[in-house]
Amino acid sequence: MSFVEYSEFIQEGDVVIIFLGHDSMMPIKVEAGAQTQTRYGAIRHSSDLIGRRFGSKVTCSKGGWVYVLHPTPELWTVNLPHRTQILYTTDIANITLMLDLKPGSIVCESGTGSGSLSHAILRTIAPSGHLHTVEFHAQRAEKAAQEFKEHKVAHLVTVRNQDVCKEGFGVVGVADAVFLDIPSPWEAVTHAKKAFKRKGGRLCSFSPCIEQVQRTCEALLEQGFEEICTVEVLQRVHDVRSVTLHLPDFGPEDGGAESAKMASEEVLLAANSSHPSVTCRTATAPREMAGHTGYLTFATKPRG
Amino acid sequence: GIETGTRSTQMICITVKCNILYRTKMIFEKQWMFMDNSVGELYGSTFEVDSGGKLILRKPNNTEDPTDTKGAGLDNRHIVDDGKSQKLTRDDIESLKEQGLKGQEIIQQLIDNSTTFRDKTEFAQEKYIKKKKKKYESNVTVLKPTSRILAMMYHGREPGKVCHLRYDTLAQMLTIGNIHAGSKVVVFETCAGLVLGSVMERMGGHGSVIQLYPGGGPVRAGMESFGFPSHFHNTLHEFPLCKVNALLSGTLNVSEKDLDSQSNGRSDEQGSSSQVSTDRGDESSSEPQSMEVSTDPAEAKKKEDSEKLREQKVKKRVRMEEKRKRLAAAAALLEGQNADGLVIASRFHPCPVLLGLLKFVAPSRPFVVYCQYREPLIECYTKLREQGGAVSLRLTDSWLRHYQVLPNRTHPVLLMSGGGGYLLSGITVTADAAATSGSQQKSGEPAAKRIKLDEIKSTSDSSA
Repeated sequence: MSFVEYSEFIQEGDVVIIFLGHDSMMPIKVEAGAQTQTRYGAIRHSSDLIGRRFGSKVTCSKGGWVYVLHPTPELWTVNLPHRTQILYTTDIANITLMLDLKPGSIVCESGTGSGSLSHAILRTIAPSGHLHTVEFHAQRAEKAAQEFKEHKVAHLVTVRNQDVCKEGFGVVGVADAVFLDIPSPWEAVTHAKKAFKRKGGRLCSFSPCIEQVQRTCEALLEQGFEEICTVEVLQRVHDVRSVTLHLPDFGPEDGGAESAKMASEEVLLAANSSHPSVTCRTATAPREMAGHTGYLTFATKPRG
Repeated sequence: GIETGTRSTQMICITVKCNILYRTKMIFEKQWMFMDNSVGELYGSTFEVDSGGKLILRKPNNTEDPTDTKGAGLDNRHIVDDGKSQKLTRDDIESLKEQGLKGQEIIQQLIDNSTTFRDKTEFAQEKYIKKKKKKYESNVTVLKPTSRILAMMYHGREPGKVCHLRYDTLAQMLTIGNIHAGSKVVVFETCAGLVLGSVMERMGGHGSVIQLYPGGGPVRAGMESFGFPSHFHNTLHEFPLCKVNALLSGTLNVSEKDLDSQSNGRSDEQGSSSQVSTDRGDESSSEPQSMEVSTDPAEAKKKEDSEKLREQKVKKRVRMEEKRKRLAAAAALLEGQNADGLVIASRFHPCPVLLGLLKFVAPSRPFVVYCQYREPLIECYTKLREQGGAVSLRLTDSWLRHYQVLPNRTHPVLLMSGGGGYLLSGITVTADAAATSGSQQKSGEPAAKRIKLDEIKSTSDSSA
């Protein structure tokens, strides 16, 4: 298993995702002899996981069952331990497309945070690209490096514990893309500029507050960046369900006989009521949804 | 080469894709131009279009002389819009153009001849100049195609060709589908090859892509626009939809007779380069010279004709053999039923397509289906729940908003996309013999009554 390459069978040392049910998952590090408790019972790693195929059904000690899934950056994003607020797949997907990321891309990123975006970038730039990621918090930098190693992607990434606004990314003239998710991105723009290859590349800055966006756009314009563009993107989920709607009873029509003529095939008589109803298969909105994560500002650093 | 041009006016980028043909006039945004002078220049170069339509390279860091504005007003309380504030007539402007005045100079003339310009606020002046620049300046930037640029272009200019797939929705598909180098991806799309090309861009020439196609042949015009290096094409395979059942039942017969009837029905958008890679070589190969010289002209003609016929037959046989090989190769990739991903984006009803093609996908792999409309995906979701074999089913759509960010003028852009289509995504699991039922209702949806506070919290926390 690795986060950048699929494999068929589970091996010791793998990180796998246990799927328990609707929106309920957990990551497990597979170790011979170990056990993991779930609400359906215990999972014994040696007999239930090692050697099994990814996607298999695993029966737990209490009799209930779960699925074991191959890790992907998307599954990792919703299961990783948060050390900071993280970026979610909706923003990550747009960042990936808008930065023109692909195999071989060299990317500079700051801050590393909990590594949510980092894993997605690594997946996209593998096998020939490289990620230079900068994190000013020492423990977070250490934890990120450790995770990259466990997830078998360490060869694609260099973690640096420094302040990008003061010291930059640690490399110059190599990047195809630069990503900033820091409190004061405008302070890092000159360093970002130096990180790019001579032919230029794409930049993205993620900021929750509009004031940060304004200052960043100003700095980008000053520094000669082009195609400056700020967007926000949100995902709306549609919950698929059947809904039953009652039909009104207007009383008997002229002639006295109740009209039982219903054209729709979906009409069924409600069990405990004499009133007919219609069942529709539809999708409803959840009660609440994520309304804001941050503003994404994209720009192009031109050649020269 | 294949390139794209953009007409950039500050934040607005409009693109078109064109094949560069020498000495051929091309029209873009009501501007005629010859692309000849762009050949040999670096991607990202900006050109000015002169009055004859020729491109003139603009040096980078070429800052224009600032427009002379001579002060501004505070608000518009005294500005009356009577349509008479501009003293230059349309004919005056035309003659200025004919005199060869540059866009910048024409704009300066317009400003000087406007009675209300200096009363406008600074913001209004900036807006006025920006508007005139768009109309009178002719700058064209030639960009290297990428998935981002092509997706934005198709959505902006030809949405019908891509089933109204908006670029942020495409972004979701590529990421949720975990498209990456080295995997084996099955693609079914009727988006002019844009989705196929985007998948190939993410694969970087590693792994394999099998394009399923309806009708006579796969449409790849959009994919060709990416300008991939030739070795990328080695990873691309195609397989006809009409042979899927045969493949699944093990009765697929890759014979010449089958291929013959297939090649007679070609889709209209199919370019000559999309079918078989050896086709490219065919056009340029010259006919072998006949060494025999006959004295009788009628005899010679007859000999020439039969020679041609024989050559054509040989060429056809070579093509058919090539085609047979390709079909067998694609079949070999599919019949293992171990693809790493499935991407569907078409005008076909997604339900049967999805249920049919999922059979080719290995367990614990993501799949993503795009549809312009919601109801067909609701049907897909329902059928998948019934049949099992998939978890983490999500029906989503993406909401996208652009912002104008300027000092004291920051606000969302006035016009917004109404919608970008819908996505159904999920992860395959080992299929169950019988559908799950009973207390462990893992695949069931939460009933309306059961929504609790912590579920609301979890839906608002994670947008993945």
